[in-house]
Amino acid sequence: MTATATPRLSGLPDSPADLRTFLHGLPGVDKVGIEARAAALGTRSIKTTSKAQAIDLAIRMVDLTTLEGADTPGKVRALSAKALRPDPADPTCPSVAAVCVYPAMVPTAAAVLAGSGVHLASVATAFPSGQAPLDVKLADTRDAVAGGADEIDMVISRGAFLAGDYGHVFDEIVAVKEAAGPAHLKVILETGELGTYDNVRRASWLAMLAGADFIKTSTGKVSVNATLPITLVMLEAVRDFRERYGRQIGVKPAGGIRTTKDAIKYLVMINETVGDDWLSPDWFRFGASSLLNDLLMQRTKLTTGHYAGPDYFTLD
Amino acid sequence: MFEYAPAPESRSIVDLAPSYGLFIDGEFGEAKDTFKTINPADEEVLAEVALAAPEDVDRAVAAAKRAFKSWSALPGSERAKYLFRIARIIQERSRELAVLESLDNGKPIKESRDTDLPLVAAHFFYYAGWADKLKYAGFGPDPRPLGVAGQVIPWNFPLLMLAWKIAPALATGNTVVLKPAETTPLSALFFADICRQAELPPGVVNIVTGAGDTGRYLVEHPDVNKVAFTGSTEVGRQIARSVAGTGKRLSLELGGKAANIVFDDAPIDQAVEGIVNGIFFNQGHVCCAGSRLLVQESVADEVLSSLKRRMGTLRVGDPLDKNTDIGAINSAAQLARITELSEIGAAEGAERWSPPCDLPDRGFWFAPTIFTGVTQAHRIAREEIFGPVLSVLTFRTPAEAVEKANNTPYGLSAGIWSDKGSRILAVADKLRAGVVWANTFNKFDPTSPFGGYKESGYGREGGRHGLEAYLA
Repeated sequence: MTATATPRLSGLPDSPADLRTFLHGLPGVDKVGIEARAAALGTRSIKTTSKAQAIDLAIRMVDLTTLEGADTPGKVRALSAKALRPDPADPTCPSVAAVCVYPAMVPTAAAVLAGSGVHLASVATAFPSGQAPLDVKLADTRDAVAGGADEIDMVISRGAFLAGDYGHVFDEIVAVKEAAGPAHLKVILETGELGTYDNVRRASWLAMLAGADFIKTSTGKVSVNATLPITLVMLEAVRDFRERYGRQIGVKPAGGIRTTKDAIKYLVMINETVGDDWLSPDWFRFGASSLLNDLLMQRTKLTTGHYAGPDYFTLD
Repeated sequence: MFEYAPAPESRSIVDLAPSYGLFIDGEFGEAKDTFKTINPADEEVLAEVALAAPEDVDRAVAAAKRAFKSWSALPGSERAKYLFRIARIIQERSRELAVLESLDNGKPIKESRDTDLPLVAAHFFYYAGWADKLKYAGFGPDPRPLGVAGQVIPWNFPLLMLAWKIAPALATGNTVVLKPAETTPLSALFFADICRQAELPPGVVNIVTGAGDTGRYLVEHPDVNKVAFTGSTEVGRQIARSVAGTGKRLSLELGGKAANIVFDDAPIDQAVEGIVNGIFFNQGHVCCAGSRLLVQESVADEVLSSLKRRMGTLRVGDPLDKNTDIGAINSAAQLARITELSEIGAAEGAERWSPPCDLPDRGFWFAPTIFTGVTQAHRIAREEIFGPVLSVLTFRTPAEAVEKANNTPYGLSAGIWSDKGSRILAVADKLRAGVVWANTFNKFDPTSPFGGYKESGYGREGGRHGLEAYLA
């Protein structure tokens, strides 16, 4: 992911009414169809060499995350160390893509990660609810960037989106993007609260039009987080957006992805819908914590031929 | 690029004998002549199979006639027990049967495993449930079975078509002589073994393998009371002629040239998926395949570019690989027909397109193909190709879509893609097709009747309606 300022798109809807017309003019999503397609892709059988390749790619795509009230500097330092060397026993094991923490923990993580190439993401904008005044959200964002975060995971105001106030959501994203400066902006749609696939598609486009570098499914704090069909809708959105505006946007499913098998289903889905261009940590991330150890366990199984117990992998 | 390593399903689960006899009166027996059945994916001989002569068919029909007396006299609840038992054995042996079906037919294991076999078992379960409720099915207070059913089935869904034929026949108290297709006899012979395993009384199900002559002799047999045929319209016509005036009951499920209609308000990505599923499912060897795409002009470019992109991800190759989407064409003869009609399409001026794909050197293969710029006057818009070949036409208004969709001698199925419920209902009402799918395609369920208008045949299979063909 390269940190460059994003130019405004030409041909954008230029009033709230235009924005509404545009978003409601997008093709609908058939619920039965999209779920069937996602389920069918989930039956692909990925074995041997392709499994090994997929596991290493998935490790490189992990945003290793801790977002707890109980987070302490010690915990964040441990997590950051793990991000650099996920498997201390195997130097060929790649680092993860990024560490993702609350703004208060950013300086602690930055001290460990500095110069390593592992990105530092911070949630911001009154994560996870987004229910705070705009100036608070912007201050939150600026603090995180000043502390060393080079990626900002913001939440949209779902209340405003569901009320149909798309202009409000759009303006907020634009403002946060500006406050984030050189940092990459991931926009969390919190799809579990949006209710329909049509809304997921509209929110994806809204975020991309407003300047998101990544669109992200969830905070991990509600009951429905990332699912394959929701991520498929978002992948279709970034594919269509690039076709229309020539700009590529990344996708990050987050929450609920815990096993290697699940992660591989996502990689298969990318491969067969948007293609190669998104099969890179620059364009696809997994927001996860427990996923990493399962990936490491499967990786070891592939090299040694047997499963090692959980004590052979480090605690986060 | 993320390449998938080969993930072949093991064929060791199928124990193939070098040769198979005819299944008559509960026993496998030899015939004078034999023929070979091959794996269309590599042209290897799988087994030698008996070629039933007229005297063999006589014996089979006589066995069925003898068995009819006691079978039809059983209470429905007793017949149901046999059908439930068969259904359960099919489920238990489903992996074996799926591999066998893919070997003999060429269809991808993912389809035989996830579509064919679950539907086969479901069909037996469903009609098992009807066996003791026939009085309440709406065909009179005491509906009676017809007698011996002579059934001839095609090669595209060998075991599923067998289930569609045998399950309702047995549930209603008829006995059966079934002839599987010449190129795909094996799963029917394994089914014969399942009948023995279920201790079905001898003669209730008889399987005679052979070619067209065997089938002709069977349907013309004077002791056959009911003829059920699924296959080409041409053969269906011959059968209709031969049984005319004999008093035999007849149901025919024949060809199709289904229109898959995509309106401009359709969910485009899912519609594209439906188009792919409509025409490339089972290599397009589907009588109800959505072989004519009618797309509204205002979204035609968008739909076509999405469709081409999607076709680029179809995986053509080894049917036993779990990641294969399109398997082998069933026979050299069918491949020749698909090739010929495709050449005619190109010669008549339609534009032909296939994604780049490597086809294996041995076996029978045809790349997924679409023709754009097709008009109603082209032969590829009128004749059934029965292969992975899609003809794309456009329309401007709903009325034009309906007119074009109905402008065919066939009328088996159709598809409608639109987000507007009222339009779906209005258009479905006007389509002259036995099955109309809305925002989906090629969905089957034993509870849903299936059958055609016009040259697609008559009679219904599946559901309560499917009982009628076997009751007097």
